[in-house]
Amino acid sequence: MINLTIDNKPVQVPEGTTVLKAARQIGIHIPTLCYYELDGMKLENKPAGCRVCMVEIKGQKRLMAACATECKEGMEVHTNSLRAVNARRTVVELMLSDHPSDCLTCSKSGDCDLQRLSQAMGIREIPFPGEHSHHRKDISPAIIRDMDKCIMCRRCETVCNEFQTVGALHAINRGFNAVVAPAFEQDLVDSPCTFCGQCVMACPVGALNTVSHTRQVMSAINNPKKTVIVQTAPAVRVALGEEFGMQPGEVVTGKMVAALRRLGFDYVFDTDFAADLTIMEEGTELLDRISRHMAGDKSVRLPILTSCCPGWVNFFEYNFPDMLDVPSSAKSPQQMFGSIAKSYWAEKMGLKREDIVCVSIMPCVAKKYECGRDEFKVDGNPDVDFSISTRGLARLIKQYGITLSELPEEDFDRPLGESTGAGVIFGSTGGVIEAAVRTAYELYTKKSLDRVEFSQLRGIEGIREATVDFDGLPVHIGIAHGLGNARRLLEKVRSGKVQFHAIEVMACPGGCVGGAGQPFHHGNSDIIRKRQEAIYKEDRGKALRKSHENPDIIKLYNEYLGEPCGHKAHELLHTHYFDKSDKTVIEI
Amino acid sequence: MSTENIPLHEDSTTATSSIPRPELLPDHQLRITLRNPEEPEDYCSARERGAYLALERCLSGFKPREVISLIRASGLRGRGGAGFSTGEKWKVCAETAGSQKWLICNAGEGDHDCHRVIEGMAIAAYAVGASQGILYFRAEGAPVVARMKKALDEARQQGFLGADIKGSGFSFDIAMHYGIGSFVCGEETALIQYLEGNRCEPHVKQPFPAVRGYMGHPTLVNNIETFATVPAIINHGAEWFSSIGTDTCKGTKVLTLSGQVKNESLIEVPFGITLREIIFTIGKGMKNGKFKAALIGGSTGGVLTEQHLDLPFDYDMLEEAGVAMGPGSIQVLNENSCIPTLLKNNMEFAADESCGKCTPCRIGTKRLYEVLDKITDARGTMDDLQELRNLAQVMHETSLCGLGRNAPNLILNTIDVFWDELVEHVTTHRCVAGQCKKMATFSIDREKCIGCGLCMRNCPVAAITRTDYIAPGHKLASMAIDLDKCVKCGTCKANCKFSAISII
Repeated sequence: MINLTIDNKPVQVPEGTTVLKAARQIGIHIPTLCYYELDGMKLENKPAGCRVCMVEIKGQKRLMAACATECKEGMEVHTNSLRAVNARRTVVELMLSDHPSDCLTCSKSGDCDLQRLSQAMGIREIPFPGEHSHHRKDISPAIIRDMDKCIMCRRCETVCNEFQTVGALHAINRGFNAVVAPAFEQDLVDSPCTFCGQCVMACPVGALNTVSHTRQVMSAINNPKKTVIVQTAPAVRVALGEEFGMQPGEVVTGKMVAALRRLGFDYVFDTDFAADLTIMEEGTELLDRISRHMAGDKSVRLPILTSCCPGWVNFFEYNFPDMLDVPSSAKSPQQMFGSIAKSYWAEKMGLKREDIVCVSIMPCVAKKYECGRDEFKVDGNPDVDFSISTRGLARLIKQYGITLSELPEEDFDRPLGESTGAGVIFGSTGGVIEAAVRTAYELYTKKSLDRVEFSQLRGIEGIREATVDFDGLPVHIGIAHGLGNARRLLEKVRSGKVQFHAIEVMACPGGCVGGAGQPFHHGNSDIIRKRQEAIYKEDRGKALRKSHENPDIIKLYNEYLGEPCGHKAHELLHTHYFDKSDKTVIEI
Repeated sequence: MSTENIPLHEDSTTATSSIPRPELLPDHQLRITLRNPEEPEDYCSARERGAYLALERCLSGFKPREVISLIRASGLRGRGGAGFSTGEKWKVCAETAGSQKWLICNAGEGDHDCHRVIEGMAIAAYAVGASQGILYFRAEGAPVVARMKKALDEARQQGFLGADIKGSGFSFDIAMHYGIGSFVCGEETALIQYLEGNRCEPHVKQPFPAVRGYMGHPTLVNNIETFATVPAIINHGAEWFSSIGTDTCKGTKVLTLSGQVKNESLIEVPFGITLREIIFTIGKGMKNGKFKAALIGGSTGGVLTEQHLDLPFDYDMLEEAGVAMGPGSIQVLNENSCIPTLLKNNMEFAADESCGKCTPCRIGTKRLYEVLDKITDARGTMDDLQELRNLAQVMHETSLCGLGRNAPNLILNTIDVFWDELVEHVTTHRCVAGQCKKMATFSIDREKCIGCGLCMRNCPVAAITRTDYIAPGHKLASMAIDLDKCVKCGTCKANCKFSAISII
């Protein structure tokens, strides 16, 4: 242990602890900007580049960056000496001098770390008039890069390269022109970007944004010829409240449904219904592959990989083109919903496909890209027209002057709003595979599960492995969240080092609860954990907790689809994948 | 392995070598690392001068820890700029456990005896236990690169590089690596990043590269001049070496002497020499005008003035003066050098070379340049001078690496000494050196003007006309400048053969 004093307060820390962490331990707040950590998820950005956390250390000639300076025995740190305060302020002023002052209209206003710092330091004018750096704005189907606002904190770069191992973003150029961009400053859409959006989640300023479809949605709602339906993903209901001052993990399902009705949606449905449907298809596919494998069929590919996560789908299409037949061919719940809504439900309601506008509320950025994929369109009409993030929904609710907390609890419309607890837990890492196990176990063993909760599949570790006993058949399951973890697991599988029957992958830390469309967590991983707990709480409160027991799902198969993985189901609920490894076309 | 209390090898403190000791030259230079320009560089000539004797001596007679003790005892400090003790650095690297260790020679600058560099690297590698060396060159230095390549081939042929050198069981080889000339590559952590194939950016030095460096292995990074000094220490002993120089700085320093001195050249001087000796003895005095200042260490260094002329020149004196030695250059300035212009040009260089990683350097260099541009463009105010001082101070204190920390040095150590000159620029808008064209008022001395009309013919804006005054002794009427038309381009002054045009 190392003893030191910070602002004359003694503190004892283990060797290797940084001054920043030691200070936090005793409640001393040193401002930071580039430093970004998702505690417990092996994500840390510590370039010591912003120089906002400068402190004075006795005996050191220069000021030191608290985030990157390790504590030494007997160290005497002063965080608020005039020298340190003046230096920190000047550094922030410098940053502001090369930053557009358009806070009033910036998408990040209110959530911006630079804005917060400037306020806290009481900066009222920028003393360095001078040239601003300019970069081309890059608008992709899901993410907007407005690099005039980039402050070179490198958080996005670290998330993209080290955590997600996607490798789409790197620092380019030098000095005043330095900026983070795809290689050769290509457009993001031409890079290996998966649109997971974790760069947007990490960006402390408004340099990285999500594409917004709220205007199109509101104009559709106000078009009397259109029937506008909405589906809400499971992770949205456990995070939306945060935007309205509620505690992380507070479940607002009923109020959210009420708010959506007040916004004018004609029918408020639930993606959880489609999640149950996904389980019917994916669970059946899993059992089919396992039984064929056990029967000696060499052509069968195991493990089966989940395919609910669009960031993950983009990732394996680019990085694992040799394994395109490994993931489940089942569409994601968002797309299954759109497909069923515009076929089964449209027929039921006597509506024409083109008169229905299907909107999804997602905790996700990649869903914006997914709903625009060509294979999810019929004659150019997409199954899901628009995808709005949790944050986007919150903005709409605020714009319409709706006070979420005062709304009554309302129920989803039926039939596409009926769901089980299995559909709810899709929102957390481990949830999809647990939902699949609940159904697959009963279908395989023909026995009823006494205990539906599989604690061995839960948790927050980046890579988890578990074995579930299917009445004598040990089913090996792998779980990864975060694309870097997925890559590590997949590479082990590819090299034959490990063998699984099924692997669940979610691109975002914690799964969809930590999705990039969610309220900003500013690196506080406790928020993600609380949302995760809330998901499991919502599951416990459900009368039905296994997808195959959802009465409206049973009805859907009986009335329309026939068998799970049958002909009609294949046509509507399954997809195929593309080799995108040669996507990067470099034109110089 | 600890080298803390190892007694020096019995013959390590005294020279036993047959190589003659370098002697002080008549012009006060002392050449330990540089060879005389007239001596050929090929292996045979180098061998005649004693090349590789020190390496042979180490391999046959010294244990690695004895070599380190000797280097520590010599007091050699790294010549890269920071002046850290070379022996200490070697010791840390030697004491760090590692299956593979690397040696990196930063040859970004300089023009040294190639065989001496190779020999120094091999000795260092033997001392720290490295088996692979990398010689990093900037691509601009192409002729040096070709010479070094030849020397490496010769060294390999002669068995001084490669496997089992001279039957000692010690193996070491050197690979060359060319850079694209980023200034920040001179910073050791940035250099390592660059060599690993990453973006050339400095990192926080925790831990030191000697503990975890290239590819995660213990890595010794030294400047080319440091390595070039090593063979002489082995040959002539630590005691001899430490007898040269000042109390804290031993040996010699290679310097590029340029600017307003008659003898612009690459020189090597013992520490402790005075700036006066360097400029007026080795440099043979001022080429033009009167000594105003000496710019030390290039754009990231600082200036020494009249008051420093007779002080012993070493790292400590420079530090006291707030000047960084940097790569080791002295540019002598006369009264025609405008300090704000000098500051502006240097800041432009720093802004251009900034990697962009940390805020103070990325934006600070740009803003300082803008302020200096304003001052030299006659738009400056007293507030700008205040801002210059504050920003330079913060940049110096908060930048991540030496480039950003030293970039504002020049401002900090000139702002007080040349305060009056700076104030003149922002108040009366006068530039005594005449470099700031915006502030210049060109005037023709009608007594000196012979009326040749050259200025009139060359004036781009026809601001010069003939008067009707004929000075005594001249045949033609003198010329005059219409100040309302004058764009202060300076063409007239440059063309006048009779020094009749001046800036007032």
